[in-house]
Amino acid sequence: MGIMGRMSTIFKAKVSKALDQAEDPRETLDYSYQRQLEQLQQVRRGVADVVTSKKRIELQSDKLNDQIKSWEQDAKDALAQNREDLAREALTRKQAAQQQLDGLHSQLADLEQEQTKLVELEKKLSLKVESFRTQKEVVKAKYSAAEAQVKIGEATGGLSEEMADVGMAMQRAQDKTESMQARASAIDELLSSGTLDDPISSGDHLKDELNKMKATSGVDDELAKLKAAVPAGGAAS
Amino acid sequence: MIVRIMTEGQYELDGDQLESLKHADEELLVTVRNNDAEGFRSHLATALAVVRGGQPLHASVLKESELVLPAPDMTVHEARRLFDEHQIL
Repeated sequence: MGIMGRMSTIFKAKVSKALDQAEDPRETLDYSYQRQLEQLQQVRRGVADVVTSKKRIELQSDKLNDQIKSWEQDAKDALAQNREDLAREALTRKQAAQQQLDGLHSQLADLEQEQTKLVELEKKLSLKVESFRTQKEVVKAKYSAAEAQVKIGEATGGLSEEMADVGMAMQRAQDKTESMQARASAIDELLSSGTLDDPISSGDHLKDELNKMKATSGVDDELAKLKAAVPAGGAAS
Repeated sequence: MIVRIMTEGQYELDGDQLESLKHADEELLVTVRNNDAEGFRSHLATALAVVRGGQPLHASVLKESELVLPAPDMTVHEARRLFDEHQIL
């Protein structure tokens, strides 16, 4: 068995729970449909939550961007007062936070795509629930208990599989928004306390080292630029 | 046979298509076991192309899939975590 068979096993484990049926499925059809509508509602709420979380993270990242800019102003002010040490400190914080914020922005772009997909999946699920409603009326009207068992078993299985797919996609988006919220808070922390000894790890040691190196050389470059633009010790505006 | 691509939809595949899917599927398993991110991406792309070559099922069809392919943007780490969770690697 390859990957696809294994994936299918995971799905079946989720689906089988939903397949407990009464002896005559015709009697429980309306109840099943009711449950599906409830699950669909939950999916809609879940999608709405992802949208809200994403908006919140966007607002937070805008605020962080403003804070980062204010560190640049602080660096300029410090240079104007001949305090290169302070200017360097301000730029160091700015660079570290900027790197993290760039990372957050690319995660936001990913989340945007996932959100679009979730909305599509939700629409498709609504169609399937509607299709189940139609099928259940046909089954109630035309089929014997035994025929209904087969017919409804397949339809319920297909629908549960769709629910499982949307559910897993939603879980993924929720996990992502949580990790992004944590990242935004860590940037906030970085900007306010300047705790650079513990930068947010990318999970890759080499990458962290490279980022640190880039940030340091970025600080040197930026400091040089500011020095050229700001006349030291003068009345810089 | 009906094959689902996670987050995308279901397709009906014929025997020839299933045959060409087999190889990519086996290779995918190897890449997950080896945590081979690049290999996983490329074999997943191959498998996706084969499945998309099948007949897409209409959204109103309610049928179970016999095979399920990971979502197109799933990483090898995510796949690995999923299989570990269900202890089926």
